[in-house]
Amino acid sequence: MLNPVIDEDGAPFWEFTARGELRVQGCADCGELRFPPRPCCPHCQSFATEWRLMSGRGRIWSYVLPHPPLLPDYAEQAPYNAVLVELADAPRIRLAGNVVAAPDARLDSVDPARLRIGAAVRIAFTEIDGLAVPRWLLERG
Amino acid sequence: MLKDATAIVGIGQTPFAKQLPETEKALACRAILAALDDAGIAPSEVDAFASYTMEETDEVEVAKAIGAGDVTFFSKVGYGGGGSCATVGHLAAAVATGQASVGVAWRSRKRGSGPRPWKNTAVQLPTPGQWTRPYGLLRPADEIGMLARRYMHEYGATRDHLFNVALACRNRANQNPDAIMYERPLTREMYMTSRWISEPLCLFDNCLETDGALACVIVSAERARDCRRKPVYIHSAAQGLPAQHHGMVNYWNDDPLSGPAWTAARHLWKNADFGPQDVDVAQIYDAFTPLVPLSLEGYGFCGRGEGAAFTEGGALELGGRLPLNTGGGGLSEAYVHGFNLINEGVKQLRGTSTAQVPGAATCLVTAGEGVPTSAVLLRA
Repeated sequence: MLNPVIDEDGAPFWEFTARGELRVQGCADCGELRFPPRPCCPHCQSFATEWRLMSGRGRIWSYVLPHPPLLPDYAEQAPYNAVLVELADAPRIRLAGNVVAAPDARLDSVDPARLRIGAAVRIAFTEIDGLAVPRWLLERG
Repeated sequence: MLKDATAIVGIGQTPFAKQLPETEKALACRAILAALDDAGIAPSEVDAFASYTMEETDEVEVAKAIGAGDVTFFSKVGYGGGGSCATVGHLAAAVATGQASVGVAWRSRKRGSGPRPWKNTAVQLPTPGQWTRPYGLLRPADEIGMLARRYMHEYGATRDHLFNVALACRNRANQNPDAIMYERPLTREMYMTSRWISEPLCLFDNCLETDGALACVIVSAERARDCRRKPVYIHSAAQGLPAQHHGMVNYWNDDPLSGPAWTAARHLWKNADFGPQDVDVAQIYDAFTPLVPLSLEGYGFCGRGEGAAFTEGGALELGGRLPLNTGGGGLSEAYVHGFNLINEGVKQLRGTSTAQVPGAATCLVTAGEGVPTSAVLLRA
């Protein structure tokens, strides 16, 4: 599996997931949220940042079901789902992820027939190589 | 002004195939020399080059192999297939402003027999890939499939609309002996029962994987009148990188479905003497079928959300509202990062296409939508 690459801009995201928190980068001056993380605010150009706590709830904005050819670890689980989750607290921020039956379950653990654009989901975390990686659970589990 | 100040006077290409024995560099040289021969211009007169990033052959290798003269302008445009028309645009600007006199734009690829770029896991994870690829959005088909499903959901587009795009390209390829899919017709049943690549996209929603190269030669309008072929004038050119755009994973702004095409289009039409309704034939970048309805909207052939419906009733076929990708496009002629769309535009305005639109005098050529893009308007 590909692990998320941690760079300077994004490192705090992973520090917070390790504590079980979903936080999104925002501007400490004008308050605007932004994703992916970057050094300064595109609205007011301030370099002052803060990491705002999200509720961890959202809705499926769209999804795909990838089939092979894929990298081997993904091909082994295909077809699986990959979703974009529109955060309830910040609708313009849509996190890529996977809807699973339980935090540590396989990427193909939910029947694709249960996926719908607009379906409510909530975040969970699974540990992969020492990183707390987001997963998504259907609210109507 | 850029308008009609330069012209494409030569085009060249290699054969297209899943696998060609020659190297990327050799294919590039063959296409460039063919284009110069078509123009009737000696290689020693070439003083400008433009190509894309991602491939290995650079202008140093090409210039010394073909016997170019002293080169005074060279550029490379990034973002894969988004760079295609920008190579022409950069050379048009260079020639129009006196930085060079004979420009060669080219693309050579070994995507049929070579590796798939998405399999290189070392280079694919910088921002923003680090936020998407670990979750299995591995390939461009997955990234565009995500936008396609949302587009279908918001506007009622169906797989039949995507099939209309695939079919129009295949029908034109069936008229083009150089096309990889020349002798292979496509039916609705084949399309609807084909395997998924990334649902909602099936096999036939994806472009070919091709070895091949193409090139074209750009000179001033004044010089073009003395060349061997009828000049095809570069009427307008534009690139597009919208505010807060994120590349193919354009998932984090107000409106992920209005992409770089909108930005390029505004600039393209602003500098043109005609509008979308005056375009006789279009060559629209088709790495994936949903890019066509999105581009039709972006370039102003229809309104927001109307791109899928636009494809109905044979609109994209010969004799339709907007004959499209008349050589077969990336879906059915060859996938060479859209350069075949540029050369096909030239063939249409010369009157030499294998699927000629009668009297075609204006052609829009676009580069990849969904990535920082580019476009040119050509006129006879």
